[in-house]
Amino acid sequence: MPYRCGSYHIIEKTAISAGVYSYMILCPEVAAEARPGQFVHIKVEGFTLRRPISICDIDRKNGWVRIVFEIRGHGTAKLTDANVGDSIDMIAPLGNGFTIPEDITPSRRIVTVGGGIGIPPLLGVAKVFREKSTAILGFRSYDKVILANDFKQNDARVITCTDDGSVGFKGSVILPFESELAQNDVDMVYACGPEPMLAAIIEICKKARINCEVSLEQRMGCGVGACAVCACEIARQNGTDASGSCNNMLMVCKDGPVFKGEEVVL
Amino acid sequence: MKKWDLTVNVAGVKFPNPVIAASGVYGFGEYYTDLYPPSLMGGISCKGLTINKRVGNPPPRVAETPAGMLNSVGLQNPGIDVFIKTHLPRLKKEANVIIANIAGDTPQDYAEIACRLDETDVDMLELNISCPNVKKGGAAWGISTEGASLVTKTVRAVTKKPLMVKLTPNVTDITEIAKAVENEGADAVSLINTLLGMRIDIKTRRPILHRNVGGLSGPAVFPIAVRMVWQVANAVNIDVVGMGGINSAEDAVEMMLAGAKAVQIGTAIISDPLAPLKIIGGLEHYMDINGMKRIAEISGTVRPH
Repeated sequence: MPYRCGSYHIIEKTAISAGVYSYMILCPEVAAEARPGQFVHIKVEGFTLRRPISICDIDRKNGWVRIVFEIRGHGTAKLTDANVGDSIDMIAPLGNGFTIPEDITPSRRIVTVGGGIGIPPLLGVAKVFREKSTAILGFRSYDKVILANDFKQNDARVITCTDDGSVGFKGSVILPFESELAQNDVDMVYACGPEPMLAAIIEICKKARINCEVSLEQRMGCGVGACAVCACEIARQNGTDASGSCNNMLMVCKDGPVFKGEEVVL
Repeated sequence: MKKWDLTVNVAGVKFPNPVIAASGVYGFGEYYTDLYPPSLMGGISCKGLTINKRVGNPPPRVAETPAGMLNSVGLQNPGIDVFIKTHLPRLKKEANVIIANIAGDTPQDYAEIACRLDETDVDMLELNISCPNVKKGGAAWGISTEGASLVTKTVRAVTKKPLMVKLTPNVTDITEIAKAVENEGADAVSLINTLLGMRIDIKTRRPILHRNVGGLSGPAVFPIAVRMVWQVANAVNIDVVGMGGINSAEDAVEMMLAGAKAVQIGTAIISDPLAPLKIIGGLEHYMDINGMKRIAEISGTVRPH
């Protein structure tokens, strides 16, 4: 799938919670190719490494993609200086998105499970399946909640969880996830979030024999597979890596960021 | 007929322009074809090759630094035979000069790879005796005149290909190493490989890189690279290819003035995949405003105080 490298204008900027920003970026040729789970790789003035940020929403008709990111360090903080009308230097769309089955049985559902800033890439999936999707979203506390309304607006059933119980279910996403699987015929699970959460989701899906895809994160360089720094261990035969044919060290940027749950070594 | 002559000659090999992708940032030329054909660059130094496949180091393998980055890839590559069979035929069609960057644990490893490449379309060998990210081999050979000499001599004996040796800056006097490899028959030297560095996460008190230390590259190392290229160019009679933090056409000119016949671009490509094209365009602009015909004329023309 072809990617582009260019300058694109920000058409909307919103602070959606403390330190978390949403940008809508006008980039028709990127939007035309982008799929849920792919990412954009943004150059921030004054920093050597680009910042990979997952695509949260895609509007082909109006030619924009939306990204939601958290200030994690100096680079992402600097990125928030950009305002509507400013342009962003980005390489996009990159990586492999989530697998979207052509059709699922009408009676069956898909589940998206997200933790914190891992939630944004899942919105695009929920948007495809709408009322057939359940979103289980985990946060530290009520003030960290993001995108829950966006999932609701796309007809997903939303279960919000907070570590401190300040809103929704008190505790991690795992118990609500298990009860969701117990109560429904679930075709597919999509997850993104902290590694311990992903490891638990993968394990549960393995036991329940449910297809599961997870989006991984790693410190990244070029974003296209060339520099071989964002390695991740993947249990896959005949995989390809930055240089051709290594089995187990794949690149999050090019071979991922979405991997089949059962392949991921965490 | 082009208005400007960007061709350069390194170790008897003609490059259509002096801008070469450095080893490790361009794979085998397959990753940026969505943006532009690799043939626009003077050449490509391929990802470092070993006899057998290497999976590289565990992640994290990269850390950002002021004006640069640390990497600790650890020579992940599919092995020399996969390169020759799978990648080289395609690369031959798409690229200009093809430089095979080779690494090994022992001098015999280097020689074995050189032998396997001798009848191939590879235009030039670059001996990587300077990788800081592997336990054995790599920089271990490049930090002493004896080690550098031995690897160069062993490879020289088995190959007819133009032989370039990539030098590490992590030594007391890089000119001694350069002179040693010249004496053993190297046709050129390329420098600098990365400088050994370290970053620590102050919250967790853990090094950011899994292997604790890694190679520093990017604009932060540029002045060191210019200085070393200048010193080496004055110390040897073989050609010098300059690299280390080149980020613009001005940087490339500076490196050539210091004595480089050509330049390699590494970290700048990670920041901006279009950097090589911007540098080539900038070199044409530089020649235009200075009324120059041939870029090769500027090599080594710095006028020291």
